[in-house]
Amino acid sequence: MKNPKIVVVDYEMGNILSVKRALEYCGADVLVTQDKEVIGNAQKLVLPGVGAFGAAMQSIKQLALFDAIRSVAENNNSILGICLGMQLLFDGSSEFGNYEGFGFIPGSVLSMQEKSLLGRDLKIPHIGWNGVYESSKNVWKNTLISDFDQGEEMYFVHSYYANLNSPDDLLAYSKYGDLIIPSVVRRGKIYGCQFHPEKSGSSGLMMLRKFAHD
Amino acid sequence: MRIIARLDIKGENLIKGIHLEGLRVIGPPAEYAMNYYLDGVDELIYMDSVASLYGRNHLADIIQEAARDIFIPITVGGGIRSESDAFNILRSGADKVAVNTAAVFNPQLISRIANKYGSQCMVLSIEARKVGENRWEVLTENGREKTGLDVVAWARQAVEMGAGEILLTSVDMEGTRKGFDFELTNAVTSVVSVPVIASGGFGCAQHLVDVVVSGGASGVAIADAFHYGRVKTKVLREACFQANIPVRKYEKS
Repeated sequence: MKNPKIVVVDYEMGNILSVKRALEYCGADVLVTQDKEVIGNAQKLVLPGVGAFGAAMQSIKQLALFDAIRSVAENNNSILGICLGMQLLFDGSSEFGNYEGFGFIPGSVLSMQEKSLLGRDLKIPHIGWNGVYESSKNVWKNTLISDFDQGEEMYFVHSYYANLNSPDDLLAYSKYGDLIIPSVVRRGKIYGCQFHPEKSGSSGLMMLRKFAHD
Repeated sequence: MRIIARLDIKGENLIKGIHLEGLRVIGPPAEYAMNYYLDGVDELIYMDSVASLYGRNHLADIIQEAARDIFIPITVGGGIRSESDAFNILRSGADKVAVNTAAVFNPQLISRIANKYGSQCMVLSIEARKVGENRWEVLTENGREKTGLDVVAWARQAVEMGAGEILLTSVDMEGTRKGFDFELTNAVTSVVSVPVIASGGFGCAQHLVDVVVSGGASGVAIADAFHYGRVKTKVLREACFQANIPVRKYEKS
């Protein structure tokens, strides 16, 4: 049986080598590309990314990839947005100007405020391992994270977090100080995860394996 | 709280610097890195310890190999002089770059790297030497050169310019096994809102607790205690649980 083909969008933000390697490690045939036709026709698309929302959308527009990525969703194919990639799935972010995202999942992207943890101000970015928990009972069944335990620990590194319009789109959350952070979101075949599955050891690989093979 | 293994590299070898003078070869970095990954360290830091002598960071090959089957965050430092150095390192598979000397001589480099790749990729590395009561000086060239710069003021400035994390090494405590310099750590964590990783001086689990509770460290970098097998991450995690310090549970599967 042929290896599942996954297309990873290279819009020049962040370390894509690790995403590619992790997917290959899970047995997928991975193509990292900026080619709009290849991206538009992808059955499984990964939107990685680390950095700023505005710069990311600018880069995507400059590379003329906006429509190609949209058409993957329109064709009812799978998309996995990772970290910044997850944030781009939403309507937009109003930090440092008004930036529009893809609007696949209704909601916006907010900046973290400093709150307290262990009597000291919360450090921003949120960097480190943190547990993910189901947003409601059994909601993980038949999803990319159906094999996770409650509190499965994943690696986060971000300064912004999502604010969902519809709680039905929330699969999993994590806690950081007083903040509740949406850690896995999903609408149809479009998934987003705030953490980096390619940097979360065997737990992350478990999720990527599901994305590759299911 | 993150437990980070620090690998100092010379050429192809993992080495241990003794107070940053004199080097002892320990072995192949790939083997040690994989063991730490399997033991459950939270991140890896690779420092090119002779880069400033030879002008450039030469860790791209080692990082590329590590990125093949190690799936935790990797920070790389030593001899990163420019945006394009940073780009090459990130492209090889690193998640963050740690910059010291080049940033001190040209703080704009911090903003350029942070703007291009994100603050979370831009780690400021500080080598600190105590010079007075509650005062520390920034050293460059892997601890060989003095600058007269105040560590706390420099940390503050660098974070304003976009550094997303600080790797803070106490030159005085490094290699002593007597504990981290938690006063130094506290001095820096009190003035910046980004995570600070304490490095230099680890000897036992209690030191980790102290530098987190009294120093405000968000993580610790440990080198020879790991390399010489003096401690396993399980012991460190246990100490964190006892002290109510949030840390990854990690159970070997």
